[in-house]
Amino acid sequence: MKKSAIFLKGLIKENPVLVLLLGTCPTLATTTSVISAIAMGLAATAVLVCSNMVISALRNIIPDKVRIPCYIVVIAGFVSVVQMLMQAYLPDLYDMLGVYLALIVVNCIILGRAEMFARKNGVVDSALDGLGMGLGFTIALLLMATFREVVGAGTFAGIEIPLLKTYNIPILVASPGGFFAFGCIIALVAKLTNKPKEKMGCAGCPSAEACGKLGCTKEEKEENVNA
Amino acid sequence: MLKSLLVILMSAVLVDNYVLSKFLGICPFLGVSKKTDQAVGMGLSVIFVMLLATLATWPIQTYLLDPNGLGYLQTIVFILVIAALVQLLEMILKRYIPALYRSLGVYLPLITTNCAVLGVTINNISDGYGFVESLVSSLGCGLGFLLAMWLFAGVRSRVEVAVPPKSFKGIPITLISASIVSMAFYGFAGIVEALFK
Repeated sequence: MKKSAIFLKGLIKENPVLVLLLGTCPTLATTTSVISAIAMGLAATAVLVCSNMVISALRNIIPDKVRIPCYIVVIAGFVSVVQMLMQAYLPDLYDMLGVYLALIVVNCIILGRAEMFARKNGVVDSALDGLGMGLGFTIALLLMATFREVVGAGTFAGIEIPLLKTYNIPILVASPGGFFAFGCIIALVAKLTNKPKEKMGCAGCPSAEACGKLGCTKEEKEENVNA
Repeated sequence: MLKSLLVILMSAVLVDNYVLSKFLGICPFLGVSKKTDQAVGMGLSVIFVMLLATLATWPIQTYLLDPNGLGYLQTIVFILVIAALVQLLEMILKRYIPALYRSLGVYLPLITTNCAVLGVTINNISDGYGFVESLVSSLGCGLGFLLAMWLFAGVRSRVEVAVPPKSFKGIPITLISASIVSMAFYGFAGIVEALFK
């Protein structure tokens, strides 16, 4: 695959949030304002690029049986680095993201890319894949946050919008609005691509197999493995 | 003392519900809520693991990491402790309590990467809770998770047979129903203050 294609596929065609339905928790939790959404997106991108590169570099050393714990250690290491850097240089954003920053460790986009891409491809390709997927994640968060903040609070990145400031729908920035906005955006994507979203994205989730015993049928399970 | 514990418990179950207002543990919430018995099984396992995880992580943070100035290792240590704990629990249950393993065992691997479990252990530390308070708060979060799963499984069994517009089929309509359930919980805001003060 060409280098540009590896980078570009994460942005729209295989957007991790909108198309693959991964990383739902941060998508719902950090999109109450545009600023926190961008911060979350970029923090996750930084972790994703670094962890993809390290995992790809170590792909011949890590034994297959214990690869998931190894990936988690690498990812957790980079999450701690990002946490400490943000605490030191961007304390306001650090407080705004709170526990969700630490929870990048269990973000299935990052584990998913390690499992599906980095362990089979070279360092440069993995870095590009991580950058594309990370920016795709940021774009999706930004889209959600713009909708929620503009319609829900009448501001964009803290700047007031004249008419909407008075006539807004505050429930959109509250928790029920998160589920609602995400549901509508996913439905819109389904309409545009003409592919109904029947099930959760489980691509690369280490629990997908166990989950498959419960939630999905056998065909869906196989689809998840192949996705 | 008892009153403050009760406040922590009630707010964790109803007001700050982990799934419906903090958006933690969405994957199992949407993935394993098609049948009520599965939802309850998952919820019970989460309560169990949350309590055990807090039992392990709180002393580690307070007596091992903090005195040695290693607080920044929290994220790495906690996720590894939880992963190891779940694995260990699975082995112990399989060997000694096979009946319990048959009913809850299948849910255990799902919990390792569940962000609600990691979230509750980190939140307990950052909220400055003591050991007993941490355990009560974990119990509350677990109960809240169980309640949300259970209620939502009921809602979902009706949604599954409904016929929404084609593009809303599957996940979108599930999210919209979750939004309405979440709105019901939104109504609990302030109930704890009103009850106990």
